[in-house]
Amino acid sequence: MEASTPKVEVKPVDPEKIKKIWRVAGILAIITAVEFLLAFTMDGGMLRNAIFIGMTLVKAFYIVSEFMHLKHEHKVLIWSLGLPCIFVIWLIIALLNEGSAIFSYFN
Amino acid sequence: MSQTSTLIPGATGVWGGGKEPMKASYGKLMMWFFLLSDTFSFSGLLIAYGMLRFRYPAYPHNPTEAFLPSVDYWPIPELVFDAVPFLHGVHLPLVFVGIMTFILILSSVTMVLAVEAGHRMDREGVQKWMLWTIVGGVTFLGCQAWEWSHFIHGTDIGMTVERLVDGEWIKSIVTGANLAENQYGPQAFADLFFFITGFHGTHVLSGVILNFIIFYNVVVGTYDKRGHYEMVEKVGLYWHFVDLVWVFVFTFFYLI
Repeated sequence: MEASTPKVEVKPVDPEKIKKIWRVAGILAIITAVEFLLAFTMDGGMLRNAIFIGMTLVKAFYIVSEFMHLKHEHKVLIWSLGLPCIFVIWLIIALLNEGSAIFSYFN
Repeated sequence: MSQTSTLIPGATGVWGGGKEPMKASYGKLMMWFFLLSDTFSFSGLLIAYGMLRFRYPAYPHNPTEAFLPSVDYWPIPELVFDAVPFLHGVHLPLVFVGIMTFILILSSVTMVLAVEAGHRMDREGVQKWMLWTIVGGVTFLGCQAWEWSHFIHGTDIGMTVERLVDGEWIKSIVTGANLAENQYGPQAFADLFFFITGFHGTHVLSGVILNFIIFYNVVVGTYDKRGHYEMVEKVGLYWHFVDLVWVFVFTFFYLI
């Protein structure tokens, strides 16, 4: 096995890059911890739900842009993945409306 | 339409062929577009949850008091998911699912570190971090198995339901949940729990299998021979997506 494996040169570690990865990890952990804290200290309601959704979107942004590296990809790729998500927004509006309509029909 | 496509000799535009207009390899692009289609699948499931939740009245009792389940209103998750292994009967809302979230985020971080080591052609680094990622994934799956088992077997008290059997109302106690019965609230709540966390769990399972295959290839030196570690990047994209979906499931199924 060893004989057929070519000798490869390992590039040195860039501490700046590693630091950045752990910084993003720290941000994700802190946001999750705050979410967890708010679930117990804050009364449920529209405001708390809005805060939760906002924090979720921040976490999603960090995962997609840094961990999945999309922020550093070509613009055309970013747009061709981002634009189709408009359909998701449409489905949220349509189905939540539908749910409320059924609710008022039964109550 | 006599001619649907014309090849212009000597075309030099970005989209004229022979170039990478998105500056990414074929495999990576296909992984991205697969993940986009998977986004729609998970959106469909989570939005269906939202719709059914809007269809039922909200939980009418005080959330800090004992849980009173009923098929007439939607339960609140912090009263349903309050159990932790080895702590039977202790009310610890969302603690276990919080631990699961941290495990999955951590395994995502180790995956980024594996991809970073791959960029530097550091085989030992990739091995180490991919192994940690697999450990994280397996731990998460174990936690989810426990969570499912607890949800299926139910609490000590259960819920009293009235059913119309042969023209008579008969009272019975339902404990636990499956696709036909549910002690926690409307049937749709249990069905969505199984479908959403089950679909996500299937993704975690296939992610662990893919990670293991790539880990094996790393160990036997496939990517050193190939000259790059792009396969690690591709399974990395998939693994981060699994983490991303969990972030949304955590918020919309457990927190809100």
